[in-house]
Amino acid sequence: MKAYLQTFTRYRHLLMDLVARDLKVKYRRSALGFLWSILNPILMALVIAVVFSQMFKFKQPYYASYYLTGALIFNFMSEATSNSLTSVISGASLIKKVYLPKYIFPLQKTVFAFVNMLFSLVAVIVMMLIDGVPFHWTMLLFPIPMIYVFVFTVGLSLLLATLNVFFRDVGHLYSVFITAWMYLTPLIYPESLLTDTRLGSFTLMSIVQFNPMYYYVTYFRRVVMDGVIPGLEVNLICAACSLFFLVLGVWAFKRKQDKFILYV
Amino acid sequence: MPNAIEVNNVTMKFNMSKDKVDSIKEYFIKMCKRQLRFEEFTALQNVSVNIEKGDVFGIVGLNGSGKSTFLKVVSGILKPTEGWAKTYGTISPLIELGAGFDMDLTARENVLLNGLVLGYTKKHMKEKFDEIIEFAELQDFVDVALKNFSSGMVARLGFAVATITKPDILIVDEILSVGDFLFQQKCEERIKELMANDTTVLIVSHSIEQIERLCKHVMWLDHGNVKMLGDMKTVCDAYKSM
Ligand SMILES: Nc1ncnc2c1ncn2[C@@H]1O[C@H](COP(=O)(O)OP(=O)(O)OP(=O)(O)O)[C@@H](O)[C@H]1O
Ligand SMILES: [Mg+2]
Repeated sequence: MKAYLQTFTRYRHLLMDLVARDLKVKYRRSALGFLWSILNPILMALVIAVVFSQMFKFKQPYYASYYLTGALIFNFMSEATSNSLTSVISGASLIKKVYLPKYIFPLQKTVFAFVNMLFSLVAVIVMMLIDGVPFHWTMLLFPIPMIYVFVFTVGLSLLLATLNVFFRDVGHLYSVFITAWMYLTPLIYPESLLTDTRLGSFTLMSIVQFNPMYYYVTYFRRVVMDGVIPGLEVNLICAACSLFFLVLGVWAFKRKQDKFILYV
Repeated sequence: MPNAIEVNNVTMKFNMSKDKVDSIKEYFIKMCKRQLRFEEFTALQNVSVNIEKGDVFGIVGLNGSGKSTFLKVVSGILKPTEGWAKTYGTISPLIELGAGFDMDLTARENVLLNGLVLGYTKKHMKEKFDEIIEFAELQDFVDVALKNFSSGMVARLGFAVATITKPDILIVDEILSVGDFLFQQKCEERIKELMANDTTVLIVSHSIEQIERLCKHVMWLDHGNVKMLGDMKTVCDAYKSM
């Protein structure tokens, strides 16, 4: 364990440098690069707001902010996992020539997506100002759901990166999976729809309750938009999901990492 | 002298089946047809050797005899199928030309990246930067992308980065042969300097003269087996009269 921490501290400079490199590439394109990354989600949210709250008549107060808060958390997870998926294979040239802790690659992609999420947080605040959402002090608790979802995503990223080394078609399946996952998370439709929609004797909620992203997304909305602190039960569910996936991911990655070099 | 490198009964097998299964779809098809075959190829067979601290250890053998595989096992890049390899201290591996270099980046950026990959800090690399460029004699190419370098120039840069901070173990795989004779001399001098500083050096070279000039002990690999292991003169003489 101590040895692991030592290697990690030794290679954290590399991790930070790789993330910085990714950020440079993303925001270099134009001087407006950073501004765009804030403007883009706001415009996107406005379009979706027009379509769904006007045309489909979703009864959701502050719809654009509602959408954007959910999308922020979900898109972080989706971006991080999709990029991590291929990260080990993209790092093949390094893996084959020097010794490196291989978790550096999925971790790089996850941290990069996390930094992007922090940038986009500005967009959320702007959108809330435009919508006139009342501000609550509980907003300051926003790091809690972000940490939950970060830990969850690290675990899932490690798992997917491992799978993809051995089965190259995991990526195709995953892109379909993530679309379904998005619709099973209340992002564009109001949370009330989950209990109002009946499928026979079930509600949509009976499926969605097994979706970890549902808890992270609603946690974030509670503290940022509603001024409510989720109770102990929700916190336990979030922590348990995050830790479970982290342990699963680390276990799978550790078990298989020595074989990576033979398959990349 | 204590050991710097201990290699115990290492066997390295590769999967050489022509049609590698690398998708879920194929996996299930093959599994149903019971065609999941593994053709193994043994690149190293029960190799054991202890290398003392401060030794300069050469490895000779024909193409495909497992020399590079051995170096990769020692540097931790490959995990052996059986047995184990242990090293004591920091390692600088120069396994291949431009290991850890990104050809699209400039020499300056690559020095930094390569240092980080080797586990050094950014600050340390910035301090050493001028010294590295000076040793590699690439002052005029600092901001040129590496893809526009000749292979000898890439080798110079790689060698300069790997040896600028005295590693406890230096691993060199043939890359010296790409440099011109002046640079080769310079590299040999640097290696001798390192030797004086107790760095353990592991060299693979097809130039038997180079091995004779630098090494104290030599291992001869033949089809993954240790054919001979001992002091330089005995092994080199046997290898030459093969
Ligand atoms: N990743 C790999 N997958 C499958 N086979 C491999 C792999 N790496 C090496 N081999 C096989 O292992 C054997 C030894 O290779 P190695 O590169 O160690 O030889 P070498 O002694 O360094 O040769 P050379 O003098 O040409 O550099 C070769 O037959 C090669 O085909
Ligand atoms: Mg070789």
